[in-house]
Amino acid sequence: MAGDQVTLLDLWASPFGMRVRIALAEKGVKYEYSEQDLRNKSALLLQMNPVHKKIPVLVHNGKPVCESLIIVQYIDEVWKDKAPLLPSDPYQRAQSRFWADFVDKKIYDIGRKIWTTKGEDLEAAKKDFIDCLKLLEGELGDKPYFGGDTIGYVDVALVPFYCWFYAYETIGNFNIEAECPKLIAYCKRCLQKESVSKSLQDPQKVCDFIVMLRKNLGVD
Amino acid sequence: MAEVKLHGSWPSPFNHRVIWALKLKGVEYEYIEEDLSNKSELLLKYNPVFKKIPVLVHGGKPIAESLVILEYIEETWPENPLLPKDPYERAMARFWIQYGVTKGAPIGVFYRASGEELEKAAKELREMLKILEEQGLGDKKFFGGDSINLVDISYGALAYWFAAMEEASGVKVLEPSTLPRLYSWAKNFIEVPVVKENIPDYDKMLAYVSATRKKLAKNYRP
Repeated sequence: MAGDQVTLLDLWASPFGMRVRIALAEKGVKYEYSEQDLRNKSALLLQMNPVHKKIPVLVHNGKPVCESLIIVQYIDEVWKDKAPLLPSDPYQRAQSRFWADFVDKKIYDIGRKIWTTKGEDLEAAKKDFIDCLKLLEGELGDKPYFGGDTIGYVDVALVPFYCWFYAYETIGNFNIEAECPKLIAYCKRCLQKESVSKSLQDPQKVCDFIVMLRKNLGVD
Repeated sequence: MAEVKLHGSWPSPFNHRVIWALKLKGVEYEYIEEDLSNKSELLLKYNPVFKKIPVLVHGGKPIAESLVILEYIEETWPENPLLPKDPYERAMARFWIQYGVTKGAPIGVFYRASGEELEKAAKELREMLKILEEQGLGDKKFFGGDSINLVDISYGALAYWFAAMEEASGVKVLEPSTLPRLYSWAKNFIEVPVVKENIPDYDKMLAYVSATRKKLAKNYRP
């Protein structure tokens, strides 16, 4: 849509921000990327997301949309003529929403326990994490993507966490690929898509970032 | 027209959300009460991931998670729309629904806690509801404007179930002096016929909430 002004307030390492980047890339939307400093929040961020003061925020023609999955749905609805992310059938849409919601409820929070806890709590978190990934593997089945032949809403919700796996493995001392080879194969397949590879970050950089976060939180 | 069934549990506000939406759309359905202490094979088959109610089954195909079910109902039966048509307004409606999910953790604490912990949860709830009232509801009668929509439905428990929680815990949160607009919203919401006719009696709810409070407090391990 000519004349659209689109800005993304984001943080380079955020898997939630990556979701939005992938969606915008899939739709071929030109936008301005604005890196935010979350330790020193900008007036713009506070104005655009006064309720949560978080990224990502999509600003479309001056109007802010917050919460990553809500932004992805908004992008899907506004730029609807290209690369649909949600299926057209209501039942399939409901299944997509269910699994994206599952990713939201589980992956980040359990992942966070992996890099912030120790001992028994850490072991429990690792087990929980693998159980969740196995459930996702089951749902994926033989499909190349959760969206079928092309990437869709659930893929966009999940695949950004792949670049955080190396950090979880390093800090938690376990091997995700050994437990969930199908899921890792799926993630690598997604990375072959430009929209994904350009949106995700280098796992080593992410790991260094999380190690720094751990220090700041006083976890070590 | 394929069969619609709802597996639910009478006290659950998540269940009531789905009932209100189905009734607002004029959808005929069969209701199946589930015993959550003895979950049916069917429920476990329909919701293997969370094993919870509500589950909507349409033409034999199950959908779980009340908010997912609400969006499904909205798309499948478009009469009497419960979400705005404009994508930006829809995103805002979804934002406020999500706000209740993200910021609702203190409700769980409020449900089972006592003493200082209860007071802390009450304070957090008041703060969270203040933002909802000022920035979400504003001067509107309902989140949906003149009539209720999915946002109102998602906050419905505040209007009836929450009062039972307040009485059972002995702490008031939703008061006209501190949350005047939400307080009015709650009074109006309860009067909407589809809601009024589809919530449990207050006494039954109070008895259920009091009993559950005791159980939750007893089983709680920090």
